[in-house]
Amino acid sequence: MVQKLDRLKESPSQTAGPYVHIGTNPNSVEIKGVWNEDLGSRMLNTQTLGERIVLEGRVLDGSGAPLKDVLVEIWQADAQGLYPSPQEKRGKADPHFAGWGRQPVDPVTGIYHFETVKPGRVPYRDGRMMAPHVTFWLVSRGINLGLHTRLYFADEEEANAQCPVLARIEHTRRIPTLIASRSEANGLATYTFDIRLQGEGETVFFDI
Amino acid sequence: MSDDGSYFQRDRAWHPPAFTPDYKTSILRSPRFPLLSLDNTISELTGPVFGDALLGPLDNDLIRNYAKDGDPIGQRIVVYGRVLDENARAVPGALLEFWQANAGGRYRHRKETYLAAIDPNFGGCGRAITDSEGRYEFRTIKPGAYPWPNGVNDWRPAHIHFSVFGHAFAQRLITQMYFEGDPMIWQCPIVRTIPDKAAIEQLVAALDRNATLPMDALAYKFDIVLRGRRATMFENRPEGN
Ligand SMILES: [Fe+2]
Repeated sequence: MVQKLDRLKESPSQTAGPYVHIGTNPNSVEIKGVWNEDLGSRMLNTQTLGERIVLEGRVLDGSGAPLKDVLVEIWQADAQGLYPSPQEKRGKADPHFAGWGRQPVDPVTGIYHFETVKPGRVPYRDGRMMAPHVTFWLVSRGINLGLHTRLYFADEEEANAQCPVLARIEHTRRIPTLIASRSEANGLATYTFDIRLQGEGETVFFDI
Repeated sequence: MSDDGSYFQRDRAWHPPAFTPDYKTSILRSPRFPLLSLDNTISELTGPVFGDALLGPLDNDLIRNYAKDGDPIGQRIVVYGRVLDENARAVPGALLEFWQANAGGRYRHRKETYLAAIDPNFGGCGRAITDSEGRYEFRTIKPGAYPWPNGVNDWRPAHIHFSVFGHAFAQRLITQMYFEGDPMIWQCPIVRTIPDKAAIEQLVAALDRNATLPMDALAYKFDIVLRGRRATMFENRPEGN
């Protein structure tokens, strides 16, 4: 026998199941009055700094069908590249920006929709700057452990080319799976980012 | 100990793998390529935090937070425990969200088709934030087992779903709590996505007779462990050294 380490094991994950919205977004599934607003449904207010953008897309399974029951969470820096978190030691993030958002997808189309601001750049571990990005976390029925990925912006070609995280993707033909395309209507940019869980064009997921 | 370190690498043999064919929905929803390993950057070391101001007085009382004209039907229980990290330290300020079926095993959800009755006084959701010692508690009714479409006759054991936010997005976790002594646990294809029996047992809450409320409610203890961080005292070397 040897001495026992003072460590614990992480609780194992279990799927969020088909009814995750009861717990996370009850108002979206007609459970009204427990709390007034679903947490994560608003990331901005009128005073938030930065360029307003929309993030939209679908999460597709291995047959190409959009998931209708997936829950999407995002986490990102503010327009200046600061996270609204006590762990952020480089400065104080915009107090009018949540940084975190959470949305169910549309139950008919499977499209998620976030109204946010374009994030600034934040440093990699060695101080080099990463390209602007938004962290995505997906949970649903059939996903046993939440999946992490990142959205990068198609109109940040130069920053993307220098990003130390994108540079770690050995199979460079997979990099476009992380890049959202930009379109504009009435002066508002929408970035479209479809996530493919499996099959042709499978999105790069991270073990963080 | 500084808190600048990365989180310990996730032990993916302890968690369920993505592809678990006995749980059929996982077949088309599991990535086939290897995950890209990424030592934590500030994007993973930070995460949203939530203050007690978020909470209403009934948020951790599922017996009352949806009640219309009386209490919900079912076995009254208290669920309590601590949120810890892998270093066995308390995680204060962790937001827990929980959701569950009613005593008959029925969820309040438009896609739910089980015959068991809706309970007009039970919504099935709640939330709590851990105190300075990582403690939380809530009151609810014990959920029932329910059948689900997988095999032609698969049943879920009684369970409560938990969503947990620690201090960093790297710690984000969703899991389920089961009840001590339930023989259904070991027959469930979702439970059995977890390969290690000891890992499954980590999700089984213990009946705690000493915490019961006499003439009122049984009590179950359920501790949750989130990822822990490395100490940094000897490791601020640049990459490649
Ligand atoms: Fe469930």
